[in-house]
Amino acid sequence: MDPEIAKTQEERKKMEEELASLNSLTFDRDLYGGGDRDGYVTSIAVNDEDEANDAMDNEVVRKMASYTAPRSLLKEMPSGGDEDDNSLGFQKPAKIIDREDEYRRRRLQRVISPERHDAFAAGEKTPDPSVRTYAEVMREEALKREKEETMRAIAKKKKEEEEAAKEGGGAAAAAPVPKRRNRWDQSQDDGGAAAKKTKTQSDWDLPDATPGIGRWDATPTPGRMGDATPSLARRNRWDETPTPGRLADSDATPAGGATPGATPAGTTWDATPKGLATPTPKKQRSRWDETPATMGSATPMAGATPAAAYTPGVTPVGGVELATPTPGAINLRGPMTPEQYNLLRWEKDIEDRNRPLTDEELDAMFPQEGYKILEPPASYVPIRTPARKLLATPTPLGTPLYSIPEENRGQQFDVPKEAPGGLPFMKPEDYQYFGALLNEDNEEELSPEEQKERKIMKLLLKVKNGTPPQRKTALRQLTDKAREFGAGPLFNRILPLLMQPTLEDQERHLLVKVIDRVLYKLDELVRPYVHKILVVIEPLLIDEDYYARVEGREIISNLSKAAGLATMIAAMRPDIDNIDEYVRNTTARAFSVVASALGIPALLPFLKAVCQSKKSWQARHTGIKIVQQIAILIGCAVLPHLRSLVEIIEHGLNDENQKVRTITALSLAALAEASAPYGIESFDSVLKPLWKGIRSHRGKVLAAFLKAIGFIIPLMDAIYASYYTKEVMIILIREFQSPDEEMKKIVLKVVKQCVSTEGVEAAYIRSDILPEFFRNFWVRRMALDRRNYRQLVETTVEIANKVGVADIVGRIVEDLKDESEPYRRMVMETIEKVVTNLGASDIDARLEELLIDGILYAFQEQTSDDANVMLNGFGAVVNALGQRVKPYLPQICGTIKWRLNNKSAKVRQQAADLISRIAVVMKQCGEEQLMGHLGVVLYEYLGEEYPEVLGSILGALKAIVNVIGMTKMTPPIKDLLPRLTPILKNRHEKVQENCIDLVGRIADRGAEFVPAREWMRICFELLEMLKAHKKGIRRATVNTFGYIAKAIGPQDVLATLLNNLKVQERQNRVCTTVAIAIVAETCSPFTVLPALMNEYRVPELNVQNGVLKSLSFLFEYIGEMGKDYIYAVTPLLEDALMDRDLVHRQTAASAVKHMALGVAGLGCEDALVHLMNYVWPNIFETSPHVINAVTEAIEGMRVALGAAVVLNYCLQGLFHPARKVREVYWKIYNSLYIGAQDALVAAYPILEDEQSNTYSRPELMMFI
Amino acid sequence: MQASDRFNINSQLEHLQAKYVGTGHADLNRFEWAVNIQRDSYASYVGHYPVLAYFAIAENESIGRERYNFMQKMLLPCGLPPEREDD
Repeated sequence: MDPEIAKTQEERKKMEEELASLNSLTFDRDLYGGGDRDGYVTSIAVNDEDEANDAMDNEVVRKMASYTAPRSLLKEMPSGGDEDDNSLGFQKPAKIIDREDEYRRRRLQRVISPERHDAFAAGEKTPDPSVRTYAEVMREEALKREKEETMRAIAKKKKEEEEAAKEGGGAAAAAPVPKRRNRWDQSQDDGGAAAKKTKTQSDWDLPDATPGIGRWDATPTPGRMGDATPSLARRNRWDETPTPGRLADSDATPAGGATPGATPAGTTWDATPKGLATPTPKKQRSRWDETPATMGSATPMAGATPAAAYTPGVTPVGGVELATPTPGAINLRGPMTPEQYNLLRWEKDIEDRNRPLTDEELDAMFPQEGYKILEPPASYVPIRTPARKLLATPTPLGTPLYSIPEENRGQQFDVPKEAPGGLPFMKPEDYQYFGALLNEDNEEELSPEEQKERKIMKLLLKVKNGTPPQRKTALRQLTDKAREFGAGPLFNRILPLLMQPTLEDQERHLLVKVIDRVLYKLDELVRPYVHKILVVIEPLLIDEDYYARVEGREIISNLSKAAGLATMIAAMRPDIDNIDEYVRNTTARAFSVVASALGIPALLPFLKAVCQSKKSWQARHTGIKIVQQIAILIGCAVLPHLRSLVEIIEHGLNDENQKVRTITALSLAALAEASAPYGIESFDSVLKPLWKGIRSHRGKVLAAFLKAIGFIIPLMDAIYASYYTKEVMIILIREFQSPDEEMKKIVLKVVKQCVSTEGVEAAYIRSDILPEFFRNFWVRRMALDRRNYRQLVETTVEIANKVGVADIVGRIVEDLKDESEPYRRMVMETIEKVVTNLGASDIDARLEELLIDGILYAFQEQTSDDANVMLNGFGAVVNALGQRVKPYLPQICGTIKWRLNNKSAKVRQQAADLISRIAVVMKQCGEEQLMGHLGVVLYEYLGEEYPEVLGSILGALKAIVNVIGMTKMTPPIKDLLPRLTPILKNRHEKVQENCIDLVGRIADRGAEFVPAREWMRICFELLEMLKAHKKGIRRATVNTFGYIAKAIGPQDVLATLLNNLKVQERQNRVCTTVAIAIVAETCSPFTVLPALMNEYRVPELNVQNGVLKSLSFLFEYIGEMGKDYIYAVTPLLEDALMDRDLVHRQTAASAVKHMALGVAGLGCEDALVHLMNYVWPNIFETSPHVINAVTEAIEGMRVALGAAVVLNYCLQGLFHPARKVREVYWKIYNSLYIGAQDALVAAYPILEDEQSNTYSRPELMMFI
Repeated sequence: MQASDRFNINSQLEHLQAKYVGTGHADLNRFEWAVNIQRDSYASYVGHYPVLAYFAIAENESIGRERYNFMQKMLLPCGLPPEREDD
């Protein structure tokens, strides 16, 4: 098995290499999204379940962190907890890291840098040697870069040497295949490198490790991941096929995987030699037969060398006392609990069985002959990790006997210690940050600095984990005392928390909020910490969550306002040519935010310098990328600076580095997109290089250039656009054939942009573009990818807008009968859009025939249920053709009828939907008989049991009834309606909606065909429908009440409705009151009011309120007509406004409001003043609804009676001795004032002058 | 105030009203209110051309002069604020 796999793998690798060398396309991250191909797994896992690369990520493992057991047992653990929780609706808060891709996770590799020198604060002083200055940072960066280059050179040289060795022939056979990373050649390589590099053992000696960020200057942040280089993190699953010799691999150790702090399995044995493999040949112990180390051999724990703490484990490792105690660690600490004791005994047992076989045992096992003892290869170096040695489980000697364990009351079990002093619950991962809070030290003994730290920690913990009130006060305290705490202590506590790998969205949001508030307070004090903050905040800019991105932008913009441009540039400049693409990417984005915060002009000189950097292409690349990001971020606001931005980046088009050329083109595209449709003159200088570039470039650079051109052409005048389009079209047509998906998408987009500009003629498109376009793009494969599909449809529709329907539809109509369904769907969608846009007048008889034929075929042959593409297409075409479909209608109806009878519900539903779409056209064609026939067929299917289908059938019936009218309808209305009555009981929304619409339609237009008794029956059903959730249904129902009342007279309907007021359910009553008001409106109020007012005499709260509410709605609906009824209802309202019940007064007040607004200016002031006197005493109510209604009633009075009258009511209380009274009166006065300020001038009281102050208004006394 | 009231529109009403210049509150004194009244009046005179013309005829001044005078008076319509009694 093993050699076979190895062989295939080798072959594949070879093939891939060949492909890579043949194919000049190497993918660029900038162009093709952030996916890093190195991160992909190139082979399929051998085991079914994918082992989590990161032990901490694995939920079960994490939960069981304190238990150890063989892996087989662990796997049997029911892991259903999560799914159960989710299915029950308890969603766990999502960790950010879980949804991040590999690229985004690189944020955790960044280092929170030490604070920097603040030149502003220091003034002329020479900076303290302990703080880092800008120069130092720049030097470090340069050093890093140099190292990287050296490493690359070394790698290159090595490769060359290997190749040379291969060519050497004989020697190559002996040398191990370099790509195969097993430990033999690993150590060999190590040896080689060591020899060359004077024995410096550090991680970048690994043969194919891309050196990450240098470690020497790393401030060890607790949660920080090791710098796993992608190549290391990538796990080659073939390598771990259990070959007999490797069984004892640390991978396979039971405890290794389960120990929380363990380095993820994948990297252990690939990487162990690094740094730790100091050969100390003391005891020749073969690596294979290493004891399955219980202590997760590589776990950095007490005694681990510093290097070990940064093993490229992706696992964040904490300090010793923070890691969940594993037996070994416990053992070092003190007395054991019985569980631990048992665990140890059990481990010991396992170990006994798995201990290395001695030579004697082996001799006893194997026959003496036929076996040979092999020497280990000369290059084999066993691992002798000091860390591992130290941590090897100190097992009790011999099989331990049971001894009564000492009782230890101070022992912590797995239960978290209660946090003292009302602090919120601490999660296990919080211990490393907030653990200190648990030590109940005496606060007085601490130094002031420590006390401050403690205070900050407490507040942060409250913000992070506390209840909302706790959080709020803590946040306020942090903000208020920010300057007192000082920037250093604050950020040193906050920022590591944000780097915590287990952070959740909510927590991050809260912490970011803290930073924002604190920033505001600290202002210029943040300067030394700018870079620190940026390291933490920048990743937010590329988060997939929109709100996180917005938050990130906000923080950075506030930060730049607080720190100033100079500091921001000084902090970010070193990152611009960082060796890590991730850092450069996020820095570019951050810079664009700075630009938008401080203004582009301020940043221009700097950008210019960066974009022209001679030192490194990375700097130029990032500089140009900043311009791109600025364009994306601020959109059309780039226009004033467009020319200078273009000038800054234009030279990048001819840069020697391919990546720089690409990003320049992309930036130009972004600028052109942002400034559209203006600003073409700013792009003059880049036109030539762009158009020249498309001739000389290939692959992704060409794609980027084309993209830029695609965005620039629409800005041009017609003549130029036409000229340049012709120029670029040659290249585009050539690239039509490109196999690259991204290139295809870009080409399609550019074609769309070119074609839609004014200057491009239809004839040119027809002759030059169409043939190739259809030959290359209208193929089945394009329909399979969603984005291709969409882009192709859009482009084709755009072309059709230029060349007309016939050309396009003529070319693709045959494909409606293609055998691939997705392709047919794409054709149909295009035809639908084209025909909807442009109509069907271009389509000749022959094409029309083909089209209908094809559509019928495609409609009938569809199998997939999704989307209504076919249905929409059919409807659009039939509607566009109008009367021309007459000859085909019998055939179409035949199809529909046949499909209405189909077994599949979906098919039936579609057929019914189709009827409702084409009903209007059928009428135009004069096919009333056919429609009548369809009506009967649909009528027969009213027994349909699928609600979705039934709803569609009702919809189709409605469409037919609408078109042919009540009299001609077959089946006759008097037969149809009784069939609908029981359907009204159906609770399905779609059925309800369609049914009520149909019934309402009949009640409106053809009520006379149905006996009154049937309508009464329907009224009862309708009452139930008033409860529907959907507003549309309730509204349709209420309207239907109106129609029915009109048809059969209001008395009976009203009786039903008034009875309904007695029911308990509130919503039902509310809907009934609305219905009563509608009935009153449609049948004139005088038919309803007497009965309604009579109902008020029923001594029942609900009924009386219902009556009042009906009155309120009634006066709202009848408006001016109310003037005839106001005197009739006034006594009733008087009574209601004096009622003890609040709701009475509230509803009556709202009735008064509607009444007043309705009769304003119609001479009913006497009645209104009378009512106002009843309303006014209610102004002191406190219940929100009541006071609201009362205020609104007074507002209504202001409109009807004038502001002066209301002001006079107000004046009594504006200066009342009781504040409570004054408050209320001023509130009323204010709304009066806002509503009618000018009108009050004439009505203000006359104030007497006082000593030095004049209050009188003599002007008003003037008289001619 | 109940917890439920804290967030409804009524509680915000006062805040909303306070955004307009010229609205009052329970602690407004006679002087402040009078200033508002005066300013509103002058603004109204200036805003209604017929009223302005009427005053102009009555005072035998040009309309422009009247307008200017009214606008000037809006600065300190009631004179300097009185000394507060409590401090």
